[in-house]
Amino acid sequence: MLSHLPILPVLLPLLGAPICALLRKPVAAWLFACTVALLTFAAAIALLAQTWQQGVLSYALGGWAAPWGIEYRIDLLNGLVLTLVSGMASAVLLGGRASIWRETPEEKRSLFLVAFLLCLAGLQGIAATGDAFNLFVFLEISSLSTYALVATGRDRRALVAAYNYLIMGTIGATFILIGIGFIYMLTGTLNMMDLAQRLPALTESRTAFAGFVFIIVGVCLKLALFPLHLWLPGAYTHASSMVTVFLAATATKVALYVLIRFSFSVFRLEFSTLALPLETVFLTLGIVAVFAGSLVAIYQPDLKRGLAYSSVAQIGYMVIGVGVGTVIGLQAALVHLFNHALMKGALFMALAAVVYRVGDGKFSSLRGIGREMPLTCACMLLGGLSLIGVPGTAGFISKWYLVVAVADREQWVLVALILAGSLLTAVYIWRLVETVYLGVPGPRQVPDSPAGRAEAPPGLLAVSVVLALANVYFGFDTRLPVEAASGAAESLFAAGQP
Amino acid sequence: MDIASYFNYWIVIVLMMLGFYIVIARGNLVKKLIGLNIFQTSVFILYISAGKVSDGAAPILTEGVSVYSNPLPHVLILTAIVVGIATTAVGLALVARIHEAYGTVEESQILEQDNAC
Repeated sequence: MLSHLPILPVLLPLLGAPICALLRKPVAAWLFACTVALLTFAAAIALLAQTWQQGVLSYALGGWAAPWGIEYRIDLLNGLVLTLVSGMASAVLLGGRASIWRETPEEKRSLFLVAFLLCLAGLQGIAATGDAFNLFVFLEISSLSTYALVATGRDRRALVAAYNYLIMGTIGATFILIGIGFIYMLTGTLNMMDLAQRLPALTESRTAFAGFVFIIVGVCLKLALFPLHLWLPGAYTHASSMVTVFLAATATKVALYVLIRFSFSVFRLEFSTLALPLETVFLTLGIVAVFAGSLVAIYQPDLKRGLAYSSVAQIGYMVIGVGVGTVIGLQAALVHLFNHALMKGALFMALAAVVYRVGDGKFSSLRGIGREMPLTCACMLLGGLSLIGVPGTAGFISKWYLVVAVADREQWVLVALILAGSLLTAVYIWRLVETVYLGVPGPRQVPDSPAGRAEAPPGLLAVSVVLALANVYFGFDTRLPVEAASGAAESLFAAGQP
Repeated sequence: MDIASYFNYWIVIVLMMLGFYIVIARGNLVKKLIGLNIFQTSVFILYISAGKVSDGAAPILTEGVSVYSNPLPHVLILTAIVVGIATTAVGLALVARIHEAYGTVEESQILEQDNAC
């Protein structure tokens, strides 16, 4: 059983989804989905612990040895992403029932959970596999279920958002497919480790270059790196609350993982001739994303949309970390990957609790809600402070590592720009604080909403509190993300040494 | 190096550009999906062409044949075709729902209705 551990985080939700479809009673389906998610989470934690002790785990799918068979290869980086994704999935499923029930009609609740599990299976598959084509297949599994999940939003605009995401996402995935095709034609292999051994001999090849660029552009579409982010705000805004929490905390993170995996493991960026222009591209786009995302976020009338644009900005920070191209830069990107999932998880979760009460996330509906839902809004505030990077929160740690990494390269302008970006974050978080705590409440849209002080349902509240406290906890005890990230970053670079 | 011997690849490029152009330029949601399909199909042909070995036979063991085509790209693309069908199905389902909700499948009219409210 234990030797099959690397496949479990993928297999459990993948097999769980069809079984879940057979359970027509929503409550039964929900209990089942929670069990599956928790088991997946447990398997991912066991896997992370095992990679921590033993290093890389390799698993030959169906007993066919790599490079002919599909290999699942788990190192610290995979382990971290697997744990993060399954952990967020468990949190969303356990805590989000009230919100899912409110926003999904009864006959569709089981199917919603099926799509959710499929999405989880896809994301876990991307993070676990060591085979380039297998990665494409899992990418499409997660994408297709995400399109369906986004379309479950109550507003009809959710349909258009899902359609736009489908078009952009499919173009991105097809680009990745073209890129993988090119490198397969060149090397005759699809196994990532095998590719990594064969590609260095081909750095002069234009086909390898074209393949690399196709893959990077495709992944950046999935990652929503500015200016390829156009699908993200609509999808996050109009999807139902729990879908937004899950997507914001995991989907772009997994895309970033793919970007890092292909840039550093497969193509070994730092040794190839491509490194120089790509670094500049990543740094420039990253910084533009930070400013464009933050500036647009400041002027949004809807908090959910504002936070979505804020995600575009935060992805910018991570890409800057990748673009710095050193071990500490990569470490900063990975730490931020982990911490940003916690911040946006806490923010969107608390927002979901508020939306449950007031009906939507517009600033006009949120006025004065801090007095009625003090605990929920405190969670939102903690998430917001973490997003700015106030000392004592997880956000501070990732900003700190990022600034140190950039300062290490002596790019002082970039340091100043990163700090200025944090100030912009402070502006839109202040707007949130002002509305929530100092605003005068207007009439409510939801008719059965009780007057006076009333928190969200216990599940939503509990998960918001846990995520918000996690932001504080990982602001002080940084061992898990920092050590896993540094181990992962070092092994990515060490693999490139000749 | 004969241009005509790269016949399939020319087709791939032409189809790819056609499909991509339709996706970007058309405002009709169904036509966009058709463009997307053409775009994906061009990639299928790219993979299938790459698997062909000159004078190679179908990869079935028989006597008197020593050169076989590479079956792996063909198998891979079988998976990609399934993915493409699934994408088209989800896309068309979304378009049907959009048509129910908005009464149109033209992007400009949908935007108009969204801005109006």
